[in-house]
Amino acid sequence: MPLETIIAGVMIAALVLYALLGGADYGGGVWDLFAFGPRARAQRRLIAEAISPVWEANHVWLILVIVILFTAFPPAFAAIATALHIPITLLLIGIVLRGTAFTFRTYDVQRDDVQRRWSLVFSIASIITPILLGTILGAIASGTIRIENGSVTSGFFNSWLAPFPFAVGFFALALFAFLAAVYLTLETSERELQEDFRRRALASGVAVGLLALTVFMLAREGAPTVRAGISRSWWALGLHVCTGLFATSAFYFLWTRRYRLARVCAAAQVTLILLGWAFAQYPHIVEPNITIASAAAPQVTLQFLLAALIAGVILLFPSYYYLFRIFKSRAADSRG
Amino acid sequence: MNDLLAARSQMAMSLAFHIIFAAIGIAMPLLMIVAEWKWLRSKDEIYLTLAKRWAKGTAILFAVGAVSGTVLSFELGLLWPGFMGYAGAIIGMPFSLEGFAFFTEAIFLGIYLYGWTRVPPRAHLFAGAMVALSGALSGIFVVIANAWMNAPTGFRLVDGKPVDIDPIAAMMNTAAFPQTLHMILAAYAATGFAVAGIHAFMLMRDRTNRFHKTALNIALVVGGVSAILQPLSGDLIAKTVARTQPVKLAAFEGQFQTEQAAPLRIGGIPDEAAGVTRYAIEVPYALSILAYDDPHAVVKGLNEFPADVRPPVTIVHISFQIMVACGVAMMLLALWAAWRYLRCRRNQKWLDSKWFLRLLVVAAPLGFVAIETGWTVTEVGRQPWIIYGVMRTSEAVTPMPGLIVPFITFTVLYIFLAVIPVWLLLRQVTASPHTPDPIAKEARVAA
Repeated sequence: MPLETIIAGVMIAALVLYALLGGADYGGGVWDLFAFGPRARAQRRLIAEAISPVWEANHVWLILVIVILFTAFPPAFAAIATALHIPITLLLIGIVLRGTAFTFRTYDVQRDDVQRRWSLVFSIASIITPILLGTILGAIASGTIRIENGSVTSGFFNSWLAPFPFAVGFFALALFAFLAAVYLTLETSERELQEDFRRRALASGVAVGLLALTVFMLAREGAPTVRAGISRSWWALGLHVCTGLFATSAFYFLWTRRYRLARVCAAAQVTLILLGWAFAQYPHIVEPNITIASAAAPQVTLQFLLAALIAGVILLFPSYYYLFRIFKSRAADSRG
Repeated sequence: MNDLLAARSQMAMSLAFHIIFAAIGIAMPLLMIVAEWKWLRSKDEIYLTLAKRWAKGTAILFAVGAVSGTVLSFELGLLWPGFMGYAGAIIGMPFSLEGFAFFTEAIFLGIYLYGWTRVPPRAHLFAGAMVALSGALSGIFVVIANAWMNAPTGFRLVDGKPVDIDPIAAMMNTAAFPQTLHMILAAYAATGFAVAGIHAFMLMRDRTNRFHKTALNIALVVGGVSAILQPLSGDLIAKTVARTQPVKLAAFEGQFQTEQAAPLRIGGIPDEAAGVTRYAIEVPYALSILAYDDPHAVVKGLNEFPADVRPPVTIVHISFQIMVACGVAMMLLALWAAWRYLRCRRNQKWLDSKWFLRLLVVAAPLGFVAIETGWTVTEVGRQPWIIYGVMRTSEAVTPMPGLIVPFITFTVLYIFLAVIPVWLLLRQVTASPHTPDPIAKEARVAA
C-alpha cells in the first residue's frame, strides 16, 4: 500500500476518534440545552462532570486531522480552506464559543442567572458546530468544489450552500447527540438519570435513522459519485448490513438496558458510517479533482510524518488511557 | 482596507491574542508545580492553596489558548493557502509534533485540574510536570516553524517549486535555536513578572499576608532568572539576524546608510522618506560589536536593498526599542530583587520595601508588552516576505474577497474573550486567603 494511502487512513482514524470522543462532547452540549423535567439540574451537572476533564484532550483529534492534512496533502488543505472559507470560519467561531463558554461557566459565579447565560452560549455553540462540521464534510464529498490550476473556480458559496451538505450537517449533529446520550447512561449510577438519557438515546437514534435516509436520498443529486461508491461497489452491501446490524443492536441494548453493549454498538455504528463515507470517496480527498496521490507531499515528508505519528501515538495512548481510566471508570464501577 | 491588509491584520490580531495565553500556558504550569512540590516537601498548606489557585487561573487561560490556537491552525489555510500549499510539506513536521505535544498537555491538564482527589500526590505532581514540559515543547515546535519562515532551508527551488525536501533540515534552520530560546525565556519572564506584580499589588494592601509573599517569591524566582538570561538569547538572535536577514537588522536599528563601526541607536524616529533616523542616542561602535563581535565591522544599511524588499522601518524600529527597553527594565529589576534577597535573607524582610513592591506592580505588564512588540519586530521585519526571500506575503493570500468581515468578526470575538478571563481572574485574585505571616505575628506579639 502506498505511503500516502496509509497516512490518509491514519487521518480518517483520527477523524473517527474525533467523532467518537470529541463528537460526544458536542452531544453533551445538545443535551444541556434540552435538559428538562424534574432532574434538569442533575442532567446538566452530569454532562458537565462527564465533559470537564476530557474535552480539551478530545478536541485535539481535530487539530491532528488538520495537521496531517496540511503536512501530507498541502494542496488539498489549501483548496478546502479556500473553497470552504466561510463555513470553516463559522465553525471556528463555534469551536471558540463552545470551549470558552464551558470553561467560563465552570469558573464564574455559581449563581443561576450567570450559569444559565453561559449554558446557553455553550449549548447553542455545541449544536451549531457539529452542523457546520458535517456541512463541510458534505461539501467535500459533494463533488462541487472545482479546482483549476491550483485555484478554486467553483465560488465561495456553491459547494456548501446546498441541501446535501446541510443534511450531512444535521446528520452529524444527530449522531453526536446519540453518542452522548448513550455514553451518559454509563456516567451515572442514578437509575432515574440513566432512564432520562436512555430515552434521549432512543429518540436521537430514531433521528439518526431518519437523517441517514434523508442524506442518502439527497446524495442522488448532491453527491452522485460518493453515492455511487456507497451503493454499488462490492464491499458496500456488507458495510451497510454491518452498520444496520450495529444500529439495531444499539437500539435493542438500549431498550433492554444493557448500556455497555449499547455503547459498543453505537460507537461501532458511527465508525462504520465514517468508514463507509471514506471508502466511497476513495481515492479522492476532495471530489472530484484532488486525489490522495495527486495531493500527496514528497515521500520523505510522508516517511517522517508517519514516524512521528507512530511515535506520537505510542507516547499518547498510555496517557490517554490513564485519563479515561481515572475519570470514566467510576460510574461503571459503582454499578458493578 | 484591501484584502491583503485585512488578512494580515486578522493574522496579526489572532497571533497577538493567542500568544498571551500561549505564554501563560507555558509558564503557569511551572509555577503551579513548584508550589505543589513545596507543599509535598513541607506539608505547609499555604503551598497547596497556592497551587490550587494558580491551577484555576491556568484552567481558564488554557481554554482560551487552546481554542485560539485551533483558530490559528485553520487560519494558516483560510488566509494563506498559497503558503500552506507550498510549505506544508516542508514545515508541516513541527506542526505535527506540536499536535502531539498539545495532546499530551491537554490530557495531563485534565488529570491535574480534576484529579486532586483521584490520583496519588506524586502522580498528580507528575501530571503537572508533564503539562509544564509539553507546554514548553508546544511553544518550541511552533516557533521552529516560524523560524523557518525567517531562515528557510531544507529544500531546493527548481522553476519556483520546492524539490529535494528535507523536513529535518528545515526544522534545524539557523534561526530555530535562538528564536525558541528567546520565546521560552520570554514566556517565563513575562508570566513570572505578571504574577509577581499581581501579588505585589495585593501585598501592598495587606502587608503581612503570607499567601501573597509565598506566591511572589516563586513567581519572581521564575520570572527573574529568565529576565536575567533573556538579554543573552536576544544577543544570539541579533547575531543570527545580522547573518541571515541583514535588511531586517537594519530595520531594527533604523540603519539607513551602510556603515563601518556602526553605532547602536537608542530611541529615535526613522524618517523613511529622508532616509535618516532622528533624535536617537548613538552609542559608538556598539552595533558593529553586537552584530558581528567587531567594532569595525560593516553593517549594511536599508539603502543597500531595493525598496520592494524593505520592511516598514518605523514600526519595526520603534517596536524593537520598546521590546529592548522592557527587557532591560525587567532584567534590572530582577537584579535588584536578587540583591535585596541576598542582603535580607536572614530577617525575611526583603519584601518590606514599598518602592520595591511598587516597581514590581509597574513591571507586571512589561513582559507581555515585550512579547507583543517582539513579535511585531520579527513578523513585520520579515515583510514583504512570508517565506524570507522565497515567497511574498501577497502571493500567499487567499483569493477570498471581503476579508474585512472575518477580521472584524474575530476582533469583536477576541475582545469579548479578553475581557471575560480578566474579570474572572480578578474575582479569584481579590479574594486573598488569610493566613498571616507567623514571623510578623511573633514580631508584633514581642513588640
